Parts: sequence; structure tokens; C-alpha cells
Amino acid sequence: MMYFSRIKTTLVLGVCMLGILMGVPNLFPAPAAWMPWRTVHLGLDLRGGSYLLLEVDMKAVLKERLDSLADGVRQALRTAQIFYQTLEPQPDQTRILLRIRDASKTDAAVEALKPLISQDAATGLPDMAIGSDPDGTITLTLSATALAARATGAVDQSIEIVRRRIDETGVLDPQIARQGQDRIVVQLPGVGDPDRIKQLIGKTAHMTFRLVDETANPAAGGQPPPGDDFLQMQDRPGEKIAVRKRIDVDGADLTDARAGTSPETGEWVVNFTFNSVGARRFADISRANVNHRFAIVLDDKVISAPVIREAITGGRGQISGSFNAQSANDLAVLLRAGALPAPLTVVEERSVGPELGADSIRAGALSLGAGFVFVIAFMGVFYGLFGWFANLALIVNLFLMLGIMSLLQATLTLPGMAGILLTLGMAVDANILINERIREEQKLGRPPLAALEHGFNRAYSTIFDSNATAFLAHVMLFVFGSGPVRGFAVTITVGIATSLFTAWMLTRLLVSRWYVATRPKLLPV
Amino acid sequence: MFIKPRLRLVPDNTRIQFMKVRFTGLIISAVLSTASVILFFYPGLNLGIDFSGGVVMEVRTDGPANFAQIHAALTAAHIPDQGVQRFGDPSEVLIRLGATASEQATQTAVAQVREALTNGVPGAKIERTDAVGASVSAELFRNGLLALGVSLLMILVYIWFRFEWQFAVGAVVTLILDVTKTIGFLALTRIDFDLVMVAAILTILGYSTNDKVVVYDRVRENLRKYKSMPLRELIDLSINETLNRTLGTSMTVFLASLPLALFGGESISGFAWVMLFGIVVGTSSSIGIAAPILLFLGEHRLRRDAAPIAPPAGSSAAPAAKPAPPAAAAAPVISGPAKGAAVKAKKASGSADASSAPRR
Repeated sequence: MMYFSRIKTTLVLGVCMLGILMGVPNLFPAPAAWMPWRTVHLGLDLRGGSYLLLEVDMKAVLKERLDSLADGVRQALRTAQIFYQTLEPQPDQTRILLRIRDASKTDAAVEALKPLISQDAATGLPDMAIGSDPDGTITLTLSATALAARATGAVDQSIEIVRRRIDETGVLDPQIARQGQDRIVVQLPGVGDPDRIKQLIGKTAHMTFRLVDETANPAAGGQPPPGDDFLQMQDRPGEKIAVRKRIDVDGADLTDARAGTSPETGEWVVNFTFNSVGARRFADISRANVNHRFAIVLDDKVISAPVIREAITGGRGQISGSFNAQSANDLAVLLRAGALPAPLTVVEERSVGPELGADSIRAGALSLGAGFVFVIAFMGVFYGLFGWFANLALIVNLFLMLGIMSLLQATLTLPGMAGILLTLGMAVDANILINERIREEQKLGRPPLAALEHGFNRAYSTIFDSNATAFLAHVMLFVFGSGPVRGFAVTITVGIATSLFTAWMLTRLLVSRWYVATRPKLLPV
Repeated sequence: MFIKPRLRLVPDNTRIQFMKVRFTGLIISAVLSTASVILFFYPGLNLGIDFSGGVVMEVRTDGPANFAQIHAALTAAHIPDQGVQRFGDPSEVLIRLGATASEQATQTAVAQVREALTNGVPGAKIERTDAVGASVSAELFRNGLLALGVSLLMILVYIWFRFEWQFAVGAVVTLILDVTKTIGFLALTRIDFDLVMVAAILTILGYSTNDKVVVYDRVRENLRKYKSMPLRELIDLSINETLNRTLGTSMTVFLASLPLALFGGESISGFAWVMLFGIVVGTSSSIGIAAPILLFLGEHRLRRDAAPIAPPAGSSAAPAAKPAPPAAAAAPVISGPAKGAAVKAKKASGSADASSAPRR
């Protein structure tokens, strides 16, 4: 037990040196840029920043899918000249319910709808099932796997678009990641006030260009005529305008959008450019509708509805509508980044200003220093030389913890700092167990070497058992916890592992070296 | 000073008869835990934002905060359910808004407060915003409870696996008593119960188990060593032998947590106070609760027929003594080979349940 072969000694010291080397970068800034200077990441609660948890509105994803399927059904039936009574999307059952007029044509209708089925890319299974009744009722039910794939796609696409929008704001080092089924975590270091970002990602930014129905009058109230929507005017609250449902040009066909000022009026505008498809359609529509009004609709609100003066053929256009520099810029950013496939909702927000973060670091460091001194003093006073061996191991342990956390690129949070402190308190437990045991063995009359042997040997299973349960509890905390609390769980689990090493290997090595060097008649325990 | 230890927490030959007062300990514990359960229902825990949902904003003002001004600004903006309180420094204010039905409404509330403060309270800076929607808070709460439950279960299984079942049951019952007291402490002090508190309770669980394992480990060892000693005496001996360690480790963890409670800042000091409380509870329960439970559960199983020695005169609580059997009959524990690795505990009755071998 007390004998260390040369290889073992080298290994133990090597691990300690490596740990110290990896831990040191946390204490100083990098002296030179070329040096590998890996440090522990500071959590947002310490460095200041914002954490946003966004939820993708899956109902909207489903509704959109059903709506587009309904469009397909209408078209297919029109081509096949089959008339229907009702055509109803039923989101709760993820299906479309269709009732055709002439029940004898049911089979023909099913045949006409079959081309709408597409194969899932991954599994090769059809993405929906068509069922029919002889009475003319037909259902098109979307398969669960196809919907799940679509939901995954919607989240991935949202992440991409959120990233593009945030990149445009110049926030450094944002982290955007998926969480679970339908959520996105956005972490913005250094952003103490995430209002602007929230505004940017809170908009779907689906832009459409549609004709205004000049015959309908929304002010008269009532239902809009079929094929029309009554939409709100963006800058005149309460005023509505009748817009055709048919989308003439979609914002997806935009290639660029920039904020600028109009040379004529001097007011802020957004200049945009279409791709070739969009440009052609825009030209056709504008040519056919000179002197009619054309609505620019963003997320079901009409930004402006200018009158078309002449055919616009260059694929370029301009949106005006009481912008200021900021709002024009924001709209340009949104249009450039593209539309979100579904609305996003902020379900959790945590932001910390830089001042508070710095305060937390100061308070944490002060507590850490004070706790460290207390523990070291206790061990020195109550265990003498063996206490100082433990203290040396404790210092190495601190570096090992920092080193491993740097290596794992783990995040240090304020609760994490508390975790380091608790680990310091718990780490000496192993040494206390060992020292008490050695003391007992010596009192039983064993000579020093035998007392050391037995002390370390017997304390081992106790140390292992008592740490294993704590380890298990904190692994559970990591699994089920979130945010800063996870940081706490990480520091404690890492700390338990490193303290087992330092208490069991390093102090034993130190004690054995000391014994060989001094050969004491009595152990000072 | 650097060689010899200067002080001892407990003199070496301490022989306190802890088991003599085991009923007192259990009664005190039962009373405290019952009171805690009552406190849990009334007035209940002060649920933090993680679990209740809603908004908490920490605001810093230039100089001491003017509460009237802040109130006026919020009232002018028609912000309902406002709790404005001092937080640490006189210049720091905490604004709380209750949970709202939808995530959207929570976000609107945050924006409203922000606007109201920028307009109505010059120099106010919002240093922290926590806004948790209803669905997330429910999820966090569920996960927190799950973490606690699964941890308890794993501790039970682990100790069962490494010791006899009596040890596992004793440890887990004690842990449950510890946790209820901690919850009572939270209810009494009105410290916010949030995710960080779940972390604190889990740490207390881990720490407290650690403490129990050390005492139990010594009991297990002494069961092998002193084959004829009555269990009651043996548990007393084990507690006394490990007393220096039990108190020593409690001291170091206590000393490490103390600065956190004093200087850690508002957001972490609650955690540290709960830890300090938990250390005291955990340490005392190792001696006062876990050991007596083991004595009750193990009296006729861990050590067949080894009855407690006759209670000293004046001790009303101890049960009537049973006649001690001859030492030879009271040796159900058979020592294993050299290293003492394999130990078998068998019930003389022959029923199979209590045989498990601690593995090394």
C-alpha cells in the first residue's frame, strides 16, 4: 500500500503536473497569442448576457402543412372535374376531411388525389394515408413520422434563420442550439438587454405582395368577400384594407434588402431586389395592374399599399411606410434573413447585466478565498503534518478541477463556484478518514509503517462508498437540471473524481516519501 | 505547529452512550419533521420564479432607491401584481410579477416594466431579468422533483447493494427526514424555493448519505470484529470511534460554506444558508436517527438474539432487557478470508433475505 514503484510515482506526479498546467491558464491572461490557452467558460450569470428559450409554434407548422395540402386537393379535384361539398382541415386529427358531391365518383377522386402522396426521403414510407367511404367522404391523414420530420425541419430552419438575424446585429459569439423537440436555446454573451434581439426573432417576417381589392370596403364591417382578407394597416392602427388572398409574389423570392433614404422625399425606405422568378412575376403583375393598388404584407399586416404607376421590370423595388432608421434597418435584416417557418415564442428569459456579473465574480472569488483559508487552517490545526499533506493535495485538487473543466470546456456559473467551495470542504473528508484511521491503528499498537498501511487500506472502502452516493446524486442533478444548476453539478462531479485521486494517490505518495525520508518512531497524528 | 496536531475535536476515549437517548432523538426528529410537513402546507414554500413562473427583475438605481418613484412609475404603466422589495444594497430593488396565463403575456410584462422604468425612474438600470413561462416552470418543477426522487432511489439501491437492507432503509428514512426538515427550514425562512435549492437539497442528500455511510461502514466492520457484542453497544462504539471524523468533515464543509452565506451575494447566500442548515441536520441525524433506526431494524437480524444490555437505572426510554444468550450462539457473522473481503450475514432462522456480500 505504501510502496510506490517508480512508474507509479511518475504517473501520479505527471497527472498532477498536467492538471496544474491545464489549470494555470485560468489564473492569468494568455501571455502570447500562439499559446494554447484553454480556460473555463464563464456562464452568462457571471460574464453578463442573455439566455432565451424559444418555442417553435408547432400548431402553426401543422396548420400550414394542412393549408397547402388543401390547396393541392382543390387543384387536383378541379383538374379531375370532381365537385366537393366540404373541404375541411382538421388539425387535431392531422387530416383533411373531404366530402364530394357525387358519391359514385369517390374512387375517381381518390385516384386523382393519389399523386399528392409523396415518399418520405429517409424511410421511403408514404407521408399520408387516403381513406374513403362509399358515401363520398374522403380523409387525407398525415403520417406521424412525416409530421415529425416536418417539425424537425421547421426547428432546423428556424435555428438557421435566427442565427442569420442575430449575426446581423453584430452580437459576438452567440450560441444557438436545439433543445428537445420544439425548442431553441439562444445564448447571447454580453447582451444585458435582449429587447432588440427579441423583437428581431419575434417576427415571422413572412412578406407577400398581393393586390388590393378596391371593390370591397372593410370600413363597412362584416365578413370579407370570398378570396379576400381584411388586414390591418401597420402604421394606422384600427384601419383595415381588403387584400386578395392570392399571393402574387412571395418574400422568399427576395435576394437582397437594404435600408436607405428615398432621393425624392428623404424618408427612410427599404430597397429590395427579386431573383429572376420573382422579378418576372413582379413585372407581369405590375404590367397588368397599372393604376391599381398593390399591398406589401408582412406577417398579416399591410406595411404599405402604393398605386402601381407603371410596369416594374428591373426586379427592384422600394418599400416606404413611415420608417425610421432603426425600423427600416430591422425590416431589411428580417427580409435578408428570410421568413421563419413558424412563429417563435420566448418561453424563458434570463438576462444579467455586466455589472451584476462582475459583482457575482467578486463575491464568488471572495467566498472561495475565505473558504479555502478556513479549510486549510482547520486541517493544519487539527491534523498537523498530515493535515498539511492534505492541504497540498487540496491545492493540486483545485488546479485539477480547473484543468479538467477547461479541457471539457465546461461552463463555470455562480452555483458552480459554490460547487467548488463545497468540493473543497468535502475533498478533505477523505484525508480526515485516512488520518483518523492511521491514528486508531497506531493506538492499537501498530508500528508506524503498519499503521500507515492499515490506515490507508481500511479507509479506502469507506471513502469509495461515501463518495459514490454523492456522485450519483449529482449526476442526477446534471441529467434533470438546467442552466446554472448544471454548472453546479458539473463542478461537484468533477470535484469528487479529482479529490478521490488527490486524497488517495497524491497524499499517499507524499506520506510514503516522507516516511522513507524520516523513518519516524511515532507518527504525528 | 506544522508537525503535531494542535487540537482534537473530541478526546480519544470518548464513550458517549448515544443509544441511551435514541428515543429522545427520534421524537425530536419526528416532531421537527411533522412541523416541517405542516409548514410545507401552511404557509407553504415560497416558490421561486423557476417553479412558479413569472418575472423577477433586479434594478439598480443611482443612490438609494426611491420606492415611491418606482411604485408611481409602475402604477402609471398599469402593471398589476407588483411586488417591489429591497434586495441587498439600498440602491438595489427587486420587482416581481406574478405568473401569467401565456408566454406572450409574460414577455409583454417584461417589456412594459422596462419601458416604465426607463421613462419614470431616471438612472435605473435593469441588471437582471428572469422571465419564466408557465409551461417551462411546470417542466422545471417536474424535473427538480424527478432529480430528487431518482437520487433517493439510487442511494437506496446503492446502499442496499453494498450493505444489508437494514442499512439502506435506515439511511433512506433518515434522508427523507432530513429533506423534510430542510423543506421546513425553507418554508420558515421564506427563502425562494427554486432550482438552486433543489441543488442544495441534493447536495445535502449526498453529504448526509456520505456521513451515514461512514458510520454504517464502521458498524459493518465492528460486526465482524466483535462477534458477541450486543448491537446496541456496538453501534455506540462505532459512533464514538467515528465521531472525530463525523464532526471534522462537518466542520470543513461548514467552514467552506460559511463565507458563501456571508459574502456570496444575495443570489447564492440563500443556497449557502440552506447548506449550513443541512450540514447540521445531516450530522446530527447520522448519530441521532440513522443509528437508532439501524438498531431497531437490525436488533434481531444483523445480530441474532444479541439483546441490548440492561438499561442503566433512570433510563425510562430503553426497552426491557432480554437475557443475553451465550456468546457462542451469537456469532451469525462469519469472517471471510484474509483481507476480510467476503462477509456473510446469515439469519439463524435460515431465511434467505439477509445474505449479501459487500464487494470491494
